[in-house]
Amino acid sequence: MVGFTGFASRRRADPALPPGQYLEKGFPVLATGPDPQIKRWELQIATENGAKSLSWDDFLALPQETIATDIHCVTSWSKLGTNWRGVSLDTLFDGLETTHEFAMARSYGGYTTNLPLADLLGGKAWIVHEFEGEPLRSEHGGPARLFVPHLYFWKSAKWVQGIQTMPVNTPGFWEGLGYHAHGDPWKEERYS
Amino acid sequence: MCVGARDETTTARSIRLRVEGLGLVAPGQHVDVRLTADDGYQAVRSYSLSAVPGGPPLVSPLADDEVELTVEELPDGEVSPYLVGGLEPGDPLEIRGPIGGWFVWHDTQPEPVQLIAGGSGVAPLMAMLRARSAGAGTAPFRLLYSLRDPEAEYYRDELAERERSGSFSVARVWTRRAPEGVTTTIGRLDAERLASLVFPPSAGASFYVCGPNGFVAAVSEALVGLGHDPATIRTERFGGV
Repeated sequence: MVGFTGFASRRRADPALPPGQYLEKGFPVLATGPDPQIKRWELQIATENGAKSLSWDDFLALPQETIATDIHCVTSWSKLGTNWRGVSLDTLFDGLETTHEFAMARSYGGYTTNLPLADLLGGKAWIVHEFEGEPLRSEHGGPARLFVPHLYFWKSAKWVQGIQTMPVNTPGFWEGLGYHAHGDPWKEERYS
Repeated sequence: MCVGARDETTTARSIRLRVEGLGLVAPGQHVDVRLTADDGYQAVRSYSLSAVPGGPPLVSPLADDEVELTVEELPDGEVSPYLVGGLEPGDPLEIRGPIGGWFVWHDTQPEPVQLIAGGSGVAPLMAMLRARSAGAGTAPFRLLYSLRDPEAEYYRDELAERERSGSFSVARVWTRRAPEGVTTTIGRLDAERLASLVFPPSAGASFYVCGPNGFVAAVSEALVGLGHDPATIRTERFGGV
């Protein structure tokens, strides 16, 4: 570590912020291309033993949960005390059996991200469609995005189209381009 | 370690870094810069490289272990004021990277390339232009550069000189004020102007769009509306909404 006499910290380290993160009041947008144009929204949840396909109305008819939490982007910003609404992955996977330990999330537009199933189930992940009481805007992944707030936010795939379990941990889009397979912000799992 | 610096505008500076163990670097990649204060507080920010080995700025060649990044000082910034106003040649700097494998250009890409910059978003696109100019590739390059006013232009002399040599063309649009004597529409790009300033869909070009979020969102949406395949449009954004 190198000390910088010329750099005086203006902000105190906040215990709510993981290492290397700074507090962001706005909501930066990161995307690899244009927002996808979604003609008819449908969500696919699939394991090796079966699959579910949900229309928008099916999705909204499921039990809804409100999530108040912090989010952390690998590009170093964190946003504290955000409020979201959506459906738990436990609810979405209910009734589907699997022996797989991993899953790939796929998005409209072609984005993918891989996650251990253990990070998706057990009340840790949702598919959300509201941010701060408003419908989720397209630039933030609306109509609905995956939401896995305990991992860096690239895991929370925007414009999610489906989640498929898989037996091995195949890298998704960023993971194949040098980003960490897991992405825990408290361990600074930014790059592989 | 910082080995050189030069001002690009009154608020932006290019910094040359010598990086121990610098591996392969592709134009378009960024580095994370980490500053540590005396009290241990750390701050990390990402900055795009504006020049990589094999694509040096015109003013001086780059060694194999040197890169440049261009930093715009943000009024409420935490890291950028130090990089623009504090860092001096000889100072150490802690960096991670280069990072990123998506928003990059490789000189093996045969297709035409359309670069579209909003303000300081020109930095990684300049790295691509420089690599294209220095390399063996023959892909046609165009840069569309949207900027607030003439004084905000980065790399002004170098862009002018490279344009004169004919290796690529630059179209500038000014959102607040044009240079004296230039009669052009002032204001943000709309789809019609965009269509007149970039490769048409039939050219099969790759698009690299970098700038503030609102700019990139508007431009990429307009490109799709003009019939460009979304898969050919790569974006890099900064700032919130």
